[in-house]
Amino acid sequence: MTQSPTLSRRTASAPTQPRKSRRRGADARAGYTFLLPWLLGFIALTVGPMISSLYLSFTNYNLFDAPKWIGFDNYVTLFQDERFLQSVGVTMQYVVFGTPLKLAAALAIAMLLNSKRKGQGFYRSAFYAPSLIGASVSIAIVWKAMFGDSGPVDQGLSFFGINLGGWVGNPNMTMGMMILLTVWQFGAPMVIFLAGLKQIPVDLYEAASMDGAGPVRKFMNITWPMLSPVIFFNLLMETIHAFQIFASAYIISNGEGGPAGSTLFYTLYLYLRGFSDFRMGYASAMAWLLVIVVGIITLIFFKTSKSWVHYSGDAK
Amino acid sequence: MTTMATPTQPRATTTTPAPVYNPKSESTLAKRIKSTIFHIVALALVAMVLYPALWMISASFKPNSEIGGANNALWSNNFSFDNFVTAMEGIGGVSTLTFFTNSLILAVGAVVGTVLSASISAYAFARINFPGRGLFFGMMIATLLLPFHVVIIPQYIVFQQLGLVDTYVPLLIGKFLAADAFFVFLMVQFMRGLPAELDEAARIDGAGHVRIFGSIMLPLMKPALISTSIFSFIWSWNDFLGPLLYLNTPDKYPLPLALRLFVDQTQSSDYGAMIAMSVLALLPVLVFFLVFQRYIVEGVSTQGLKG
Repeated sequence: MTQSPTLSRRTASAPTQPRKSRRRGADARAGYTFLLPWLLGFIALTVGPMISSLYLSFTNYNLFDAPKWIGFDNYVTLFQDERFLQSVGVTMQYVVFGTPLKLAAALAIAMLLNSKRKGQGFYRSAFYAPSLIGASVSIAIVWKAMFGDSGPVDQGLSFFGINLGGWVGNPNMTMGMMILLTVWQFGAPMVIFLAGLKQIPVDLYEAASMDGAGPVRKFMNITWPMLSPVIFFNLLMETIHAFQIFASAYIISNGEGGPAGSTLFYTLYLYLRGFSDFRMGYASAMAWLLVIVVGIITLIFFKTSKSWVHYSGDAK
Repeated sequence: MTTMATPTQPRATTTTPAPVYNPKSESTLAKRIKSTIFHIVALALVAMVLYPALWMISASFKPNSEIGGANNALWSNNFSFDNFVTAMEGIGGVSTLTFFTNSLILAVGAVVGTVLSASISAYAFARINFPGRGLFFGMMIATLLLPFHVVIIPQYIVFQQLGLVDTYVPLLIGKFLAADAFFVFLMVQFMRGLPAELDEAARIDGAGHVRIFGSIMLPLMKPALISTSIFSFIWSWNDFLGPLLYLNTPDKYPLPLALRLFVDQTQSSDYGAMIAMSVLALLPVLVFFLVFQRYIVEGVSTQGLKG
């Protein structure tokens, strides 16, 4: 991604040596000038805060008194903090069940829509719509109303003889409700899957058909391997995304993570510690643990991807 | 990428083993039945997926007595605008129109800032050769994967010490500094797809980077600029955590925060007004979606954006 082929082409067309180096100096100056907005933002809003967050995670800081160095105390305390451990459990449950289900729905619908038929544009848009509104406060409120006591979901289930009496107040059901909310927003990965499916050469399927392969074999031997880079991309992005759920958890639980801590997501607990209790050092330690966990998961994904992700770069 | 030199056209079905494909024979009975089944299945799924949105819109027009409880049909005989009248009154002495204006200021500011800063930075990444470009590009990509919670606490502390809490500065400054790596990446990818001969020719004619960027690149980047504008508007409009952290006075609240305040104070006593306000808060997003759906969906599929 560093050296573009334009450089060599350009130097070849430049007639003399001094002109080339003058151009190079001018390019460097122009490069940094154009990069200035991003560079400033990167230093002031990302690198700087990351360093201070790391420092704060080793301190006690309440925003009013000077930070007090306490070493690894925050990290040690975290693992004795039951609410923290609960928030880890809640978030893990959400990531482990929600993300694969969402991706499965996205892939299934993408395969359904990957054919030349009338109305595909309409279907694509309709299925994508929830992705756009799903993370909003409005939908969190609607979800709460729909899954509440004698809401439409409750009503619908009682039609089948299932009486749950609302999901919102029941700690055993809230996770299911949150997972349904994320699965419902399968549109974004679906559209990416669709773009990937369009890249698979049709003659592969034709050849497989002539060899007598059924739909399952075609999926396992053609669709899955050919689509694996896209599956990998979606899996990585959706997993990282799932760790960061906040607005819907906040709204559905009135900002408290209830009932019985069943919606105490990691970021919600981080927010409560940092901005309600003003334990900024403690919350910073939580933030760094999140970075480490997400980093490790990304690394594992990339390492294991070698065995199942096939990049057919030269097949283009 | 999409222009693959496959000799046959993409076929609709995968099960028929016949190797010869004749586009004229589309109207055979088997194909018709298959197509009908497809549409029945797809429409049923669409109905399921869109149900929550339809329920929300329908409930916003219904009297409280018909929301929840035994009567959950999407159709009511008592449709009225009463809920919207209540919702427009606002909360805490601030009218909903003010919340709307606040949201609009933030969203338009986000669009202007993001389009400007992301396109300028992306030009450097995509079109200028300078030492360290690869390294910076890698760092930019890494910020795509970074959980942003790691920066919110120090950012908050800094803005608090600068006395900028309860202003729009903390919410907008990142937009003007290309902090949304998504958009920078999107534009870099787009610019890399433009032929290099364009700026080479301009350079030979004596144009500098400012000219090349302003008069050649920007006009050609229209699709990327439109996608960026749409998404940064909608994301800013829906943003909840940022305003929750930085704004304290209700007359500065954007809609999502006002909505939460509304829910807190009315609780479940006035469901209708609550849902009507939810609809109002989503209205621009819904309108954007209906008008720009093609751009939005294609923007996602080509750039791998997330909603």
